Amino acid sequence: MVQFLVHEENDNVGVATVDIKSGDVVQGLYMDNQKKIDMTVMHDIPLGHKIALKDIEIDASIIKYGSDIGRVVANIKKGGHVHTQNLKTRRW
Amino acid sequence: MSNPKIMAYRRENGRVGIRNHVVILPLDDLSNAASENVAHNIKGCKALPHAYGRLQFGKDLELFFRTLIGTGANPNVAAVVVIGIEPEWTNIIVEGIAKTGKPVTGFSIERHGDIKTVEMASWKAKEYVHWASELQKEECDLSEIWVSTKCGESDTTSGLASNPTVGNAFEKLVNMGSTCSFGETSEITGAEDTVKEKAKTPEAAQQFMDFFDRYAAMIDRNKTDDLSGSQPTKGNIVGGLTTIEEKAFGNVQKIGKTINYEGALDKAVTPTGPGLWYMDSSSAAAEAVTLWAAAGFVAHFFPTGQGNIIGNPIEPVIKLTANPRTASDMSEHIDYDCSGILRGNMTLDESGDNLIKLLIHTCEGRLTSQEILGHEEFVLTKLYESA
Repeated sequence: MVQFLVHEENDNVGVATVDIKSGDVVQGLYMDNQKKIDMTVMHDIPLGHKIALKDIEIDASIIKYGSDIGRVVANIKKGGHVHTQNLKTRRW
Repeated sequence: MSNPKIMAYRRENGRVGIRNHVVILPLDDLSNAASENVAHNIKGCKALPHAYGRLQFGKDLELFFRTLIGTGANPNVAAVVVIGIEPEWTNIIVEGIAKTGKPVTGFSIERHGDIKTVEMASWKAKEYVHWASELQKEECDLSEIWVSTKCGESDTTSGLASNPTVGNAFEKLVNMGSTCSFGETSEITGAEDTVKEKAKTPEAAQQFMDFFDRYAAMIDRNKTDDLSGSQPTKGNIVGGLTTIEEKAFGNVQKIGKTINYEGALDKAVTPTGPGLWYMDSSSAAAEAVTLWAAAGFVAHFFPTGQGNIIGNPIEPVIKLTANPRTASDMSEHIDYDCSGILRGNMTLDESGDNLIKLLIHTCEGRLTSQEILGHEEFVLTKLYESA
């Protein structure tokens, strides 16, 4: 069983489908092409929270569903937790 | 998918209902007490108390009348007793509901007082309950069941599995000729271009964008921060959703990938033909489902992530979740657990079929969790202050 899912090939985040612990080596599945990906996770990631699939710098976009879901406001490392501490809306 | 036969109530105007309520409908807040007393006296009927109906004006009054008339006209309602403080506005509601051909009678409290009004209305309600309880279900097509959808307390599992399950079911229902609807205007923010592209015609796309732009301007006018905590909600954020854009792309999974909407409707406006329809609405669950019930929808698909517990008094709300934690620790609220998709145990196509089977069971009498738990949130949308 995989521990995280990625909506589309171009996404730079995946979503944990179980609670993941910092340091765990986990496997993810791309839902569009069924490819698998292995990853070492750097933070505790609760079920439903996002994991960075690569290093992502300030002002870049988080891509999920193949679409821009907001602006990065603090540098993110591959395997890191992506949430309100490093991602903000571009709207409102 | 073929168009299965179901047993349901065919109303005087040809529409099909899956419940057989006798409703005691207060015109205004002042008439809630009398309406609830009638419902207490007469078993088998249901009062729908609410907070408004006095000194409203303009577009807000039009929406109020449309919502009350639409609620009484809904095919899940067999007959209606309307009680108002004064006769004129009471009669506007009565005459609006009467256009469906169903039994409806109004009572006004001024010059009678509560006690005499409750007595007269109770006699009429008793007559209606006898009559409604003798109605027989008939064979109808599943495609005659109008289905609305919105999600609530979403998390990332909503966008991964429970919303796409609704999208899959909607594709199948629309292809068999059903009437379906989605909305939640604020919650499309970030994905508005995607929704615009899903319009069947340029006119429908423009109608949608007009509603979207109006709503966005309203938020810009009134906001004091980036709405984090309101939209997305605190519960959304706990569940892993970070921004409104992320929530919006998850939200629009409910309309599937292969169907397009016919047009964009104002709040509580009835569609003019089959197919998928966008309806302008708030994203607050009880307000939105109340508007869909008033537009004539008789069943609602409600995906939840963290566990929204909403119901409606006349439109059964079928709740599904893909979050295994919610399916476990809030199981009394959940009608369908589709978390198997996340574990790779079930395909989206199987999940959509399961949801349609549950819709059929609900049409044929299975009570939803919300109905059994007594969640009957009847919440009117108010556009601005009363005069």
